Amino acid sequence: MRADVGSIRSSALVRPFVALAVPLAAVAVAFTIGAIMLLALGANPITGYAALLDGAFGGWNELADTAIKSAPLLLVGVGICIAFRAGVINIGGEGQIIVGAIFSTVVALALPELPRVFLVPLVLIGGAIGGGIWGAIPGALKAYAGVNEILSTIMMNIIAAQFLSFLLQDLLTDKASGAIKIQQTERLSENADLPLLPGDTRLHLGVVIAVLVAVLGYVLLFRSALGVRLRAVGHNANASRYAGMPVKRSIVQALAFSGACAGIAGAVLVFGSESHRLIAEGGASGFTQSAGFNGIVAALFGSLHPLATIPASFFFGGMLTGGIALQQELQVPAALIVALNGIVVLFVVSSLKLRSRLTAWAESPGTGFTQVETDHDPTVPRTEDSLLASTARPPGSSAPSAPHEGDA
Amino acid sequence: MGDFFTVSVLVATLASGIRLATPFLLAGLGETIGQRSGVLNLGVEGVMLLGAFTAYYVTLETDSPTLGILAAIMVGLMMGLVYAFITLVMQAEQGISGIGIYLFGLGFTDLLFQKNVGTPIPISGLGDIHIPLLSDIPKIGEIFFQHSLPVYVAFALVPVVWFMINKTTFGLNIRAVGETPEAADTLGVSVNGTRLITILIANTMACLAGAALALEVGIFQQNLTAGQGFIAIALVYFGAWRSYGVMLGALLFGIVQATVLQWKTLGIVEGATASLTAMAPALLTIVVLVIVSRRVAAPSALTRPFDRSG
Amino acid sequence: MKASKTRAIASAAAAFALVTSACGSDDAADEPAAEPPAETEAAADEPAAEPAAEPMKIGIVAPSAENDLAWSQSMFDSVNRVGEGRDIEVAISGGLFVVEDAAAALRGYAEDGFDLVIAHGTQFGGPLQEIADDFPEVAFALGTSTDFFGKDNIFAYSVDAGQGGYVNGVMAAQLTASNVIGVVGPVPAGDAKLYIDGFVAGAEAQNPDAEVNVNYIDSFGDVQLASEAAKAHVANGADVLTGTAQMVVGATGVAAEEGIPWFGTQSNQTDLGADIVVSSQVYHWEIVLEQMLDKITAGTLGGEAFVISFENMGLEMEYNDGFGLDASVRASADATVAGISEGTIEVPAGE
Repeated sequence: MRADVGSIRSSALVRPFVALAVPLAAVAVAFTIGAIMLLALGANPITGYAALLDGAFGGWNELADTAIKSAPLLLVGVGICIAFRAGVINIGGEGQIIVGAIFSTVVALALPELPRVFLVPLVLIGGAIGGGIWGAIPGALKAYAGVNEILSTIMMNIIAAQFLSFLLQDLLTDKASGAIKIQQTERLSENADLPLLPGDTRLHLGVVIAVLVAVLGYVLLFRSALGVRLRAVGHNANASRYAGMPVKRSIVQALAFSGACAGIAGAVLVFGSESHRLIAEGGASGFTQSAGFNGIVAALFGSLHPLATIPASFFFGGMLTGGIALQQELQVPAALIVALNGIVVLFVVSSLKLRSRLTAWAESPGTGFTQVETDHDPTVPRTEDSLLASTARPPGSSAPSAPHEGDA
Repeated sequence: MGDFFTVSVLVATLASGIRLATPFLLAGLGETIGQRSGVLNLGVEGVMLLGAFTAYYVTLETDSPTLGILAAIMVGLMMGLVYAFITLVMQAEQGISGIGIYLFGLGFTDLLFQKNVGTPIPISGLGDIHIPLLSDIPKIGEIFFQHSLPVYVAFALVPVVWFMINKTTFGLNIRAVGETPEAADTLGVSVNGTRLITILIANTMACLAGAALALEVGIFQQNLTAGQGFIAIALVYFGAWRSYGVMLGALLFGIVQATVLQWKTLGIVEGATASLTAMAPALLTIVVLVIVSRRVAAPSALTRPFDRSG
Repeated sequence: MKASKTRAIASAAAAFALVTSACGSDDAADEPAAEPPAETEAAADEPAAEPAAEPMKIGIVAPSAENDLAWSQSMFDSVNRVGEGRDIEVAISGGLFVVEDAAAALRGYAEDGFDLVIAHGTQFGGPLQEIADDFPEVAFALGTSTDFFGKDNIFAYSVDAGQGGYVNGVMAAQLTASNVIGVVGPVPAGDAKLYIDGFVAGAEAQNPDAEVNVNYIDSFGDVQLASEAAKAHVANGADVLTGTAQMVVGATGVAAEEGIPWFGTQSNQTDLGADIVVSSQVYHWEIVLEQMLDKITAGTLGGEAFVISFENMGLEMEYNDGFGLDASVRASADATVAGISEGTIEVPAGE
């Protein structure tokens, strides 16, 4: 980033403009491909997309539904921001959501009579603890046993799903269901229901909590000593270690925080849902909504910045909510929506590098868009390096200087 | 428990474990090659599904599993080109583009299946090939030498991949590009060219893994792979980016799965406890890794796009 | 809202309809929907003057694809069978295993003025309780469930899947030569558990020496695991197989490959193995759907529970002629069906 005092003629608007225009263009291209798919299926893309937009943003109820859908994405996304910035790839969101949900459910089952003003925060804390533990384990495995976190988090997802299935076959099941056993708990204590927000929609406290967590995440990452440490470790673990920072502990902390955020998402998913129970019927993703994966996408759309993840999650949540309306309107298989989401993700994520290049080009001298450069804003990630690149190296190992000879 | 330790049951369990390991192994080997060159593909699951559906559909229409496999290879090459474009040209964030490919593969195959096939129609798979002489060895023969073609191919590829990476010039290029791409570049090795080829190989093998799965079970269904692609990725780390390591990981996972199945069948575990035992493969994978605990470094350039101007 | 318009028109018929339409399960007079223009009592009383009777709109929300040859397909096929005799419009949202998404779809159909919104998944019961309150003018149906939560606009429907399971078990016990029978199930819950418990009971009642091994593979969708589970059964000497849920196609593949007889449930599974499928217990939800539609037309939007069973022809054993079933085995099956229908044979409910 060069400072060029030459021409201050323009746009402080360039960067935000490009920042929005490029991904929006990418979304437009993705939707065009989606329209082609719809036409091939004999459906009308215009009415379909109209239904999608209407279903996502078309009214207060729809906006509320989108916000509700986005809340878990945001929560997981904030956790991802913390983890990735500390140099750890957390693919274990699904498992952390599940364990967080289990812990919060147990709290509600154990203390059903507690007044709402106590029970609600308790279940959320329970979720955070559950998810935090489930994240801390891969963190410890990485820091102290050198186990790569991609492997451990994938495995922990499987273990958590199986554990949920186990719990809901007997121990936590709704005893009242009679001859027809079903993998769900009883309707949990009403005192644990997330309170509805004023306005006569289904909007509930979970949305507020998600935003709060995003703000807290921002404060943690960018305004606290811990955050400085985590980001330093993420940027260069070796240098941090030589500088005396507790690298191993930081890794565990990062994954614990990340897991805790996902755990809160789990609690919100259970206690903000319309069923008010923990359900595993047909698989854990019946209640997680794959937020553990979608949250990663939201975080990356938000450039790993907790506050930017808010609009990113809202957008993604809108796509998911609107997708259902599109399906009902056009009567196409719901699978189309999944494929469309994938295409949107592909195009947007492909466009991000282009965006940074365009911004750099627009800001280079001679294009007339130059602006006086202030100090590089630490909250904006450097886009030269791959955001994930620094995670590839396990801590405590030095970079190999020559290619390995085969030693299989 | 005594029932389990009869010879015939053990033989069947090991054979089953080998069959279950095959898709992990094929996809895992491909991903290993890709990662050694510095490219991470989290979308293996989606690519496997595309390969599975292609093989299924072509076999259904033409009644020829061979054509099905060939079609899957073509789709693998196509997906390789797509992923290469996304990764090398657009330099997209590799973890996320992978998730995009996963979602796309999952939804698109389900969509095509529902529109073109609808109700599941079984196809004829590839029959088992009994290797002459070897398959007659009592017990050993049943475990190892009475499988279908993709199983043999998968395990045969393990030494082939080892040889390619460690004993050929191309393999040297792969490793150089994965560790120190800048240095490789100055030495005249085309970083993106090498990565293009590894990406093509990786995606083709993932499609083959899916095709093998579809032909093995003789049918297709939404989300046929049920998470096997992600497990394959995890096994690459388990195997420390060595083909033999990946093989051991795949076998560990597959055999434990097969054992759990047998225990359930024999009634050794039942009811809710059975759900707990189903955790065993994942749990054991972590435990073994902790015990073995060699800290092998990942390829240094993993997920880092190469930009000559950078 | 269509329902109120119909209610106004059919007010005279309402009294008659209420008197004549008996409560679901014991009404042996109900005809299977396959009969040409389903002449139910209420419909017959609709005055011909009803202004161009608008088709009834039925919306289905299901957790898996409507062509899965299993749970969701059973309802979709049944609704279509209803459509052969009635003027209806059908919309379906399948593959909604995410409960909150299904809830959104249920609301969507209710808001769009559908007459009957079917929540075809027990796990949808939780959200349905709240949704039903928001739409008191819409009739909902929930299955598998015996509980309609005291709401007067929810119909609950369930299936005595154990009955067909019992019949299949009786046949299986006669067909096995090795006395080992294998079962591949998903999770011990829902109609899957009912079916399997019934199957085990029937097999053991017929042949106490037969060993029935049940393997719940802990997944509804892992086809390869189902396939290996079936192979594990075969390796243990099983020469007859059965199973339920969508992943069962993996098991049927193994059965076809090994030439092992297969017993199916939920829908007619003959296409999965033309030579080896012996029989399938087919769900005929239309039996209860017809009753629900009649009640809706007459003004009752819910508040009842229905069951499909042999007694009301909601369950039917469909045999595969391509299998070549021994006449005596068939006869015993028919006798068992009759016995269950009459109540002389009791299918024990599992624990």
